[in-house]
Amino acid sequence: MAKKLRRHVITMIAAAGSGHPGGSLSAADVIAALYFKVLRHNPENPQWADRDRFILSKGHAAPILYAALAETGYFPVAELATLRKLDSRLQGHADRNFTPGVEMSAGSLGMGLSFAIGVALAARLDSKTYRTYVLLSDGECEEGQTWEAALSAAQFKPDNLTAIVDCNGMQLSGWTRDIMNLEPFIWKWQAFGWHTIDIDGHDFDQILSACQEAEKKKGKPTVIVARTIKGKGVSFMENNAAFHGKAPTREEAERALKELE
Amino acid sequence: MAEASTRETYGKTLVELGRQNKDIVVLDADLSTSTMTSFFAREFPDRFFDCGLEEQNMVGIAAGLAASGKIVFVSSFAIFVSCRCFDQLRLCLSQPELNVKIVATHGGITVGEDGASHHAIEDLALYCALPGFTVVVPADAIEAAEAVRVAASDYGPFYIRLSRPKTPIVYPEGYHFTLSKAVTMRQGKDATVIAVGIMVAKALEAADILARQGVDCRVINMHTLKPLDEAAVVKAASETGAIVVAEEHLAQGGLGSRVAQTTAREKPVPMEFVNLGDRYALSGKAEELLQRYGLTARDIEESVKSVVKRK
Repeated sequence: MAKKLRRHVITMIAAAGSGHPGGSLSAADVIAALYFKVLRHNPENPQWADRDRFILSKGHAAPILYAALAETGYFPVAELATLRKLDSRLQGHADRNFTPGVEMSAGSLGMGLSFAIGVALAARLDSKTYRTYVLLSDGECEEGQTWEAALSAAQFKPDNLTAIVDCNGMQLSGWTRDIMNLEPFIWKWQAFGWHTIDIDGHDFDQILSACQEAEKKKGKPTVIVARTIKGKGVSFMENNAAFHGKAPTREEAERALKELE
Repeated sequence: MAEASTRETYGKTLVELGRQNKDIVVLDADLSTSTMTSFFAREFPDRFFDCGLEEQNMVGIAAGLAASGKIVFVSSFAIFVSCRCFDQLRLCLSQPELNVKIVATHGGITVGEDGASHHAIEDLALYCALPGFTVVVPADAIEAAEAVRVAASDYGPFYIRLSRPKTPIVYPEGYHFTLSKAVTMRQGKDATVIAVGIMVAKALEAADILARQGVDCRVINMHTLKPLDEAAVVKAASETGAIVVAEEHLAQGGLGSRVAQTTAREKPVPMEFVNLGDRYALSGKAEELLQRYGLTARDIEESVKSVVKRK
């Protein structure tokens, strides 16, 4: 399924002529695991009160979320072809006003964890058992707000919250370690009071077992640091910052789709 | 005039609302004993979250709570809950039109001695720029309580600006507030002063002085800056032929800009503006600052006289 979602990403972004393939491809396995195995959700009733919440904080990875939403039945798969087109429900960055299943608008980085804490606290106030998941990029952990949120999660202790960092090591201009080094990344989260799990973000079993471990952890929130490869699955996009925010040409898209068969 | 504290009234009104509705949740940024959300915190500790000095995070958490069905009140000083977190206000509240009520205390320069870093003088411009936000500046404590109740029952993002010092009471008990419906505080035919917040009392004072000099001045309290009661502006322009706008704010982007946009389109008349201009203020006592920066009844009086001459 992750491969199928990746194919959608390439097709959608190529058709749109703009977009961010790298960060969608790195998150494909995590998204596939969440939408097809982990989340309790009901695509026929996106507003189901007891649904698990998934919040995409790295809003530029909207295509991989749209692909999962379409494949699970929130809207027709054919609609993916409208990405970024005028009047489409599929906006350039995730937008809660238009797309069924999208919990929050995103695109200005560093905001999603705060929102997710609010959602998790609401569950606690209402004695609801749904779980809140939020996907961040490692690059957006350069935003100060992410660490404000990390501090407050340790303070408010929403153990019904799982944060996942799609840690692909790259951002728009290159390697995060060369631009604004985040390491030692795991230590930072631990120092901020989080339960941490370090996994290979392309290993389905590791993703599933990390989510299970997070659900069992009581008294503190959990962050899963998913080590991934930007552009994963397409050889010429892998670890290539050029494809952070650039659409493939038609030829490149054809090559990419062949590799993803 | 009798005086009362808008922020103390806010704190008490929040408690009253909290008793009526268990979905009301309150967030503050380590200023609850100044914004008076401490009253709510004491009575409803489970529904109160002190977010510490994290205004950006606070707005995001508020959005998440609101998206999950809560009516969220967020308080801090006006300066910190406007400039500090503007991108969050934009993408987390305005764009998705979530049900969060920003009630800021310590608006304007009457914050006083704390100085320029604490004077919120651009907050109205910022909030009025955000689509979907309702922006209210109550004229006194009675109107503040009413505005807070309306905000709790009306869906959507609100900004309500309150003051640090006690302010004159301009309304009788039992006053009923209607959103976006300007209040004519005093009739008049020679000119109209359109004011908000603490400037309403000063406009009334100026109108008394002007009356003794034979100038019959109308005073309107435009408590809701957005959506603006444009009909009241057009009526004032048509019937009095001259307008003075008075606000404790910079010249750009506040009530003056909004009224002028309406008159320019619908009914151009001579206008004058009583505001802070384009500058920061110093530390000092509130009344000293109002004098220094031209926000007194006398300043309104002079503006009315000059605008009447231009008719």
